Amino acid sequence: MKPMRVRKLKEWLIEKTILLSGIFSVVFVLLIFLFLLREGLSLFRGESVIDFIFGKSWYPISDPPRFGILPLILGSLLVTLGAAAISVPIGIAAALYIAEIAPLRLREALKAGIELLAAIPSVVIGFIGMITLGPWIKNLFNIPTGLTALTGSVTLAFMAMPTIVSIAEDAITAVPRQYREAAIAMGATKWQTTWRIVARAARPGMLAAVMLGIGRVIGETMAVMMVTGNAAIIPTSFLQPVRTLTATIAAEMGESVQGGPHYAALFAIGIVLFVITFLINGVADLYLHRSRR
Amino acid sequence: MSEISIETRGLNLFYGDFQALIGIDLQIPARKVTALIGPSGCGKSTLLRVFNRMNDLIDGVRVSGQVIIGGQDIFAPGADLLGLREKVGMVFQRPNPFPLSVYENIVFGLAVHRLARRQEYGDIVEQALRSVLLWDDLKDRLHHSALKLSLEQQQRLCIARVLPLKPQILLMDEPCSALDPIATLHIEELMQKLKKEYTIVIVTHNMQQAARASDRTGFLYLGKLIEINETVNIFTKPAQAMTENYISGRFG
Ligand SMILES: Nc1ncnc2c1ncn2[C@@H]1O[C@H](COP(=O)(O)OP(=O)(O)OP(=O)(O)O)[C@@H](O)[C@H]1O
Ligand SMILES: [Mg+2]
Repeated sequence: MKPMRVRKLKEWLIEKTILLSGIFSVVFVLLIFLFLLREGLSLFRGESVIDFIFGKSWYPISDPPRFGILPLILGSLLVTLGAAAISVPIGIAAALYIAEIAPLRLREALKAGIELLAAIPSVVIGFIGMITLGPWIKNLFNIPTGLTALTGSVTLAFMAMPTIVSIAEDAITAVPRQYREAAIAMGATKWQTTWRIVARAARPGMLAAVMLGIGRVIGETMAVMMVTGNAAIIPTSFLQPVRTLTATIAAEMGESVQGGPHYAALFAIGIVLFVITFLINGVADLYLHRSRR
Repeated sequence: MSEISIETRGLNLFYGDFQALIGIDLQIPARKVTALIGPSGCGKSTLLRVFNRMNDLIDGVRVSGQVIIGGQDIFAPGADLLGLREKVGMVFQRPNPFPLSVYENIVFGLAVHRLARRQEYGDIVEQALRSVLLWDDLKDRLHHSALKLSLEQQQRLCIARVLPLKPQILLMDEPCSALDPIATLHIEELMQKLKKEYTIVIVTHNMQQAARASDRTGFLYLGKLIEINETVNIFTKPAQAMTENYISGRFG
């Protein structure tokens, strides 16, 4: 047996290392946020926050420039909501099917398929969305362009789905067998057990799955830029081109002058994105704590 | 013997090629506590889980012979499986309340079998909790998570949640093995109270428990029912030498 002192030292070292990693990750996030603030806040010397967020036109290179991001916020919102409306029900249902119903062989095959889907780079999905989904939507609805909010939502739903399915599936599989047994022993059917007990027990995990999926959608840039048509106008329907916050940053960062108002405006968009993500996580956290009571 | 609640005739059960129950013939009287004892692996849980067909969940299980509950062979083709499990409630070794509120745990069975209207739920919950002597402790915590209760309370809740189904039979597989001695005594007292209305079959490793809490005791060994009789007889003058060896602690 090793002397007590050595073991204590080892414990101490391990503990502090973990603590340090924890502190670092928080510090990094803070630094990123500070950096965003520093670069972005200068915009508000010449521009009011209200005009920025609720301004209806985004003409960053006209003279004078107009930095209203309402169309971009609505674009992001529309595409994200659409993607969530598609991917959440399908993803959760797929996870329930894989975890609870599918026979063993099929389950393995489906899980492998989902992992494969997760491994496809977003440009590739964007590319497929652009050359197959776009024309298809154009013909189906008989509209001038296939690059629309709907195209973006469907494309992004494909990207959110693997995250949602695999995390939700883990959560469902982790529900202890004893709950299922108890429900079955009371005469519940397979479906009643799955729906009333297993899905309820796995709810925090499924919520996390949904949040991560949506997080991926909000942050996604490449694919969305390729399929949504990039028109910074206030959207009134799913069948018209939109532009998202992320796509704006990616598309315009290269052509903006460092330190100029356009540059600052793009960083300010970054702050908005940061705050949105933060809010979503906060709401999820609140909900998780409440349901854990 | 008085009214019979469960009867088996020539019951065999196989897990694949392994025969876990061999030619079991027994009768379990209504509104009495029947204990099943025997060394580990002798088939007590397997036999108990025949009575509500929980073994159906395991792949490769085959059953032959008859098990008659409520006048019907529960393995007959077309037997009403869900109805059987409504009539025959089960309490498990480890307390396993659903990760829901106390209230939701109790109304689960009602919702599943559509047994009552929502307006009646409140009364039924109160009645079920009173039956297991939990009402006074929990009446202000009905909507808190059942997982926050003490183990004893959880096990009581697990008994309470099958009562709204108005079962005739309660199966309990070592219901006290996760509990401390005091809680164990409490659950045994509860069984004495419940047996006025329900037939209780309890599997136990604890011979004192069988002696204290049961009216009849069956001794199983290697898948066979060696002997079943009034508990006093089993513990004072067993008919079989094997039973005597077991209860006097010479094996098992
Ligand atoms: N799912 C299963 N598949 C195969 N064999 C099993 C299965 N479950 C139990 N057995 C076997 O059946 C026999 C009886 O098991 P059972 O669980 O009924 O015993 P028990 O008397 O309840 O034991 P214990 O006192 O340890 O709970 C044992 O030999 C066991 O190994
Ligand atoms: Mg057992």
